[in-house]
Amino acid sequence: MDEALLRALTPTVIGILVRRGADFAAAEDAVQDALVEAVRVWPDDPPRDPKAWLVTVAWRKFLDAARSDTSRQHREVRVDDEPVPGPSVAVDDTLQLYFLCAHPSLTPASAVALTLRAVGGLTTKQIAQAYLVPEATMAQRISRAKRTVSGVRFNQPGDVATVLRVLYLVFNEGYSGDVDLAGEAIRLTRQLAAKTNHEEVAGLLALMLLHHARRPARTRPDGRLVPLAEQDRSLWNTRLIAEGVDVLQAALTRDRLGEFQAQAAIAALHADARTAEETDWVQIVEWYDELVRLTDSPVARLNRAVAVGEADGPRAGLAALAGLDPALPRHTAVAAYLHERDGDPVTAARLYAEAARSAPNLPERDHLTRQAARLNAQLRS
Amino acid sequence: MAKYLLLKHYRGAPASVNDVPMEQWTPDEVSAHVQYMRDFAARLEGTGEFVDSQALSPEGTFVRYDGEGRPPVTDGPFAETKDLIAGWMVIDVETHERALELAGELSAAPGAGGKPIHEWLEVRPFYGVPSTITE
Repeated sequence: MDEALLRALTPTVIGILVRRGADFAAAEDAVQDALVEAVRVWPDDPPRDPKAWLVTVAWRKFLDAARSDTSRQHREVRVDDEPVPGPSVAVDDTLQLYFLCAHPSLTPASAVALTLRAVGGLTTKQIAQAYLVPEATMAQRISRAKRTVSGVRFNQPGDVATVLRVLYLVFNEGYSGDVDLAGEAIRLTRQLAAKTNHEEVAGLLALMLLHHARRPARTRPDGRLVPLAEQDRSLWNTRLIAEGVDVLQAALTRDRLGEFQAQAAIAALHADARTAEETDWVQIVEWYDELVRLTDSPVARLNRAVAVGEADGPRAGLAALAGLDPALPRHTAVAAYLHERDGDPVTAARLYAEAARSAPNLPERDHLTRQAARLNAQLRS
Repeated sequence: MAKYLLLKHYRGAPASVNDVPMEQWTPDEVSAHVQYMRDFAARLEGTGEFVDSQALSPEGTFVRYDGEGRPPVTDGPFAETKDLIAGWMVIDVETHERALELAGELSAAPGAGGKPIHEWLEVRPFYGVPSTITE
């Protein structure tokens, strides 16, 4: 069964139902039911026209639900309805769906769940598995999200920045569970880029492609994290890098810089270095300056301190770090790294151990513990 | 979202305010307590924040490896353990503040006299997933 096709058709089919008069919440439910049925039926009985099949089944599900809402006695529905051709679509329904599912009234987690279901065509079960919660909990999260946006008109233009934040979230937490969320985020961003002419959409797509390219080198088979400087660069996906660089360059020529383009430019400079030593840290610092100017983000400043440490030496890096809030996530880990580079393994070992205790996830904790252990072993011998 | 464990200890924490042992409550008070827990879990499922809830039997045996080819050493159950874990609830919430708020509500489950027991709950964050974009 072509699950990719099924997912790609989902927003279109929702759009067709809405145009026929279903409200968004009911249309989305009906299409979800149709998807679940497709997953069940298609392997043995593939449809000749998958889109027409989905429209027919989803419309029937919608009528079913509408009838059972109004009268329990009218539940019997003919199952041999002919496929009804969808009307021609003037406005881009898929684009409207992106805006609706990322509506600012939604919490980030709700927007993520709704986007994955209504735009991405994932089933509630798949989304629940990806985020390691029970299916019932995810179903409720989605139906609450739909209630939240129920008053929003389907044809209202939205802010592309909110959509980008949602897609960024999906990508950035993308390596857990059976569902490849990073791959899904790239697909959805690619689809969005094809429908809009927005340089930051291109910037985010480039950023995702460039980071995804490193995926095979990021972790060892046992799950251990491999830091950028130690990655086997021959494992990087050159096709994705080339595509990411092309997308980024086209965006940059428009001369409307944004945070995702700046982040992608940094990723591109890393991708461009054949070895860690060849990295153009001076240019990377310049891009971090741009990023700090654009976002004023403390995380960008922290990463800038690392880059300054590479470009101008660890003392300069420590000086850049000095002005930042020590409570920032990974601040201690960065300080440990810079102190080691500065020839102070005692301080570095202590800071690595401290950073391990406040690490946000297990692979990072283990990595930082190993760094501390390595330095302590050196200090003993 | 971030996952938190709300851990319920029978001992180990300071005594709670309404510290009458459960077996001295009236049957209705016991039922009301159980119902409160059930309603709380159902409500969290409704808000999309519920992950898991389990209660543990007070029995427990300590087990230790005792060397190659030897059966493991066992000890206990002990009459008095310092810190007995009674059960837990796992929640998936937007913020740390929300986790504390929910733990506070769970701690208000009714006990003797139908009054909140004010029991102590330990709130522990789960480790998250490594982020993809690191620089």
